[in-house]
Amino acid sequence: MLNDITLGQYFPGDSPVHRMDPRMKLILTIAYIVGVFFIGNLPGYLLALAFLYIVVRISGISFKYLLKGVRPLRFIILFTFILNLFFVQGETPLIDIGFIHITREALRNAIFFALRLIFLVMGTSVLTLTTSPMQLTDGLERLLRPLQKIHFPAHELAMMMTIALRFIPTLLEETDKIQKAQMARGADFESGNLITRAKAMIPLLVPLFVSAFRRANELAMAMEARCYRGGDHRTRLRELKYTRLDVYGALATVVYIALIVVEGRLLG
Amino acid sequence: MTSLDENRIIASDLCYAYPEAEKRAVDRVSMRVKKGEFLAILGHNGSGKSTLAKLFNALYVPSAGSVWVCGLDTRDDDLVFDIRQHAGMVFQNPDNQIVATVVEEDVAFGLENNGVPAPEIRVRIDDALRAVNMEQYAKKAPHMLSGGQKQRVAIAGVLAMKPDVIILDESTAMLDPSGRREVMNTVHRLNREEGISVVIITHYMAEAATADYVIVMDEGKIAMSGTPREVFTKVEKMRALGLDVPEMTDLAHMLRGDGVAVRADILTVDEMVEEVCRLSSNT
Repeated sequence: MLNDITLGQYFPGDSPVHRMDPRMKLILTIAYIVGVFFIGNLPGYLLALAFLYIVVRISGISFKYLLKGVRPLRFIILFTFILNLFFVQGETPLIDIGFIHITREALRNAIFFALRLIFLVMGTSVLTLTTSPMQLTDGLERLLRPLQKIHFPAHELAMMMTIALRFIPTLLEETDKIQKAQMARGADFESGNLITRAKAMIPLLVPLFVSAFRRANELAMAMEARCYRGGDHRTRLRELKYTRLDVYGALATVVYIALIVVEGRLLG
Repeated sequence: MTSLDENRIIASDLCYAYPEAEKRAVDRVSMRVKKGEFLAILGHNGSGKSTLAKLFNALYVPSAGSVWVCGLDTRDDDLVFDIRQHAGMVFQNPDNQIVATVVEEDVAFGLENNGVPAPEIRVRIDDALRAVNMEQYAKKAPHMLSGGQKQRVAIAGVLAMKPDVIILDESTAMLDPSGRREVMNTVHRLNREEGISVVIITHYMAEAATADYVIVMDEGKIAMSGTPREVFTKVEKMRALGLDVPEMTDLAHMLRGDGVAVRADILTVDEMVEEVCRLSSNT
């Protein structure tokens, strides 16, 4: 049951999108997200779709795979759709039966909200699919570094993310082991209602937490033994460098955003 | 005491008590680790051997007495990182000492901490991984490796710092026999070829038998010390300290008890075979 969890769902590859600097990818993703909120009509979404499609084709990931990333969120999307449909006030009614009032404006709003969510998820998936978790933490650390001036713990945050990523497989393995050990002693994790099942997790979680704390303690000792002293004066094995690819990516995104803005003005 | 060139670690009247503990975990220990020496520290659980190891690395600061690592006093706060670079440490649990999500990144960790420039890091981690025969795993995720391989990665991480001493704190305790052999072979080779001093904390007698010098700890004090032959032939005394002796030494001891005139200082199977052959050819 625990092996289904894929974090970051990185899709290894060597495409131009993969090779772009993680910092640039983070910035462009944010630009893309902002762009999505500027879109106000259907042709605009067609533009966004075309842009996404091109980026995905370049990255070598199948578009279907990207759509699959939206599936877990289908209930949230449906929920916002329905909420918007019923609760947005409008002037031109479409359906007016009993207490159900649906207006043209509400329908329009609901559709756009759902589309916005879908495009947000797909866009950020492109980032996580083409960037390894480690590159992502690296990029984040570099981007946030200027904030260290106001005592924002950029290095510590990145270090914590790295260690978390490192220990996820270890802790999953351990959970599996504890679960089997407890099952061998007659623990039952599967039957009963929600509350009994939640209670059954206690003999799993307590040893897991105890061991996680022990691991943290030992890891801290090992890190100290290897001269760890925080982020100051630290060098890195892989220095990040912007390349021509990043310039192309940035240009493409700027053109795309400009198109959206112009399109919004014209058809608005 | 001889010059600093000869000794990597010097401990004199070293004491350490854990906070709020009544008894000292390490009690007036004086010893040294010579250049290029392979030293084993034995002792049952709670004998203070792991505490001693942590004192060598400035992870703990002596309550009394002192430790010099390559001439640096561990009580001096400013020298802590120099000391840790000179005396690298490998711990027991392979999972709990690997920091990064990729093997080569982990080997680079110590160098990154010390501000070594990137091109130099590259060269050093490649060398270190080659020295422990793990170069083909450089890009792998640590959790995909076996226990012995993980420990070799940890050794590479220490080795990349170009240490003078490597301290292994029960680093083979959680490994299977083949993993244990991998790690011990690696450490012996580094000791022989690179001249790095090695301190192993262990409770495997067979590992201690391969050392140049053995120290037996009990109740925080040095109970016995000497070459493996000198120490292990005192079978009764070792038993009294709650320790075993290598199987072959034990066998020789029993044979002698039954009146067979074998040498008492046998450590390995090969030596036993030789001795038995010698005896049978004599009769």
